Amino acid sequence: MRAAVLVFPGSNCDRDLAVAFRQAGFEVDMVWHKDTALPQGVDIVGVPGGFSFGDYLRCGAIAARSPIVGALKAHVENGGYALGICNGFQVLLETGLLPGALMRNAGLKFICKPVELEVGTSSSDFTSGYAVGQTVTFPVAHHDGNYVAKPDTVAALEAEGRIAFRYAEELNGSVGRIAGILSENRRVLGLMPHPERAADPALGGSDGKTVFAALAEARVSA
Amino acid sequence: MKARVHIMLKDGVLDPQGEAVRHALGSLGFEGVEGVRQGKVIELDLQATDKDTAEAEVARMCEALLANTVIERYEVEIE
Repeated sequence: MRAAVLVFPGSNCDRDLAVAFRQAGFEVDMVWHKDTALPQGVDIVGVPGGFSFGDYLRCGAIAARSPIVGALKAHVENGGYALGICNGFQVLLETGLLPGALMRNAGLKFICKPVELEVGTSSSDFTSGYAVGQTVTFPVAHHDGNYVAKPDTVAALEAEGRIAFRYAEELNGSVGRIAGILSENRRVLGLMPHPERAADPALGGSDGKTVFAALAEARVSA
Repeated sequence: MKARVHIMLKDGVLDPQGEAVRHALGSLGFEGVEGVRQGKVIELDLQATDKDTAEAEVARMCEALLANTVIERYEVEIE
């Protein structure tokens, strides 16, 4: 099993994400944003958190137009897996691989703390290790995590069971307390909270480890 | 030739920053401010000399990068 972790100028969770993948049994390649192709045999692409390109213009906007993201789009369009966390979620929304957008938190503050999440679905290779309705704790660290989408998009996400995680309590103004969503084929997950920062007891919690273990269990292959 | 792009949140998209500015104005004693929307202005220096061509090109830039049309709308002004 092979994971690629994209690295942009300003990414700062790329190595944490690589550690979480490796602990679950993946071989990991770090891939620079100027590369135009993913390494051969990549099963899943991780788009890490951070402040790619200084959050200039809009969070994730410039990263979403970088050369490597062309390869990411092709990977996803061919049925490949992708996991975007925090700034990585913002990048996936900017590419249009997931629907909606993330705006400034309703309270306007940068929120940095562990939060409780409710698992919205266990039918995905990211969340199969959880029970629906289970509460897990992942850290959040974001200024722009206020998820918005057209009402019919939100209704479709609800109806198709594509809301992977919700904040247990209102946090940042997100519609439906949405913290993370799946693509239509359930092979792309974008979420604001950080499972990779909760993937080892030494980090203060290991609830997030289940995401990487479930991916390994499913032996995802592109 | 200069282009000025005005980018605003679409109507109906709640603007938390605009709301904060409205509250701050109220607390400074400015009454009667019923709404504040905050956007951004981007100025471009272009080589183009034809206004229509420039306008079309800048609109393509807006669609490709400058605006996120999921939540934002844009207007292009050419000088």
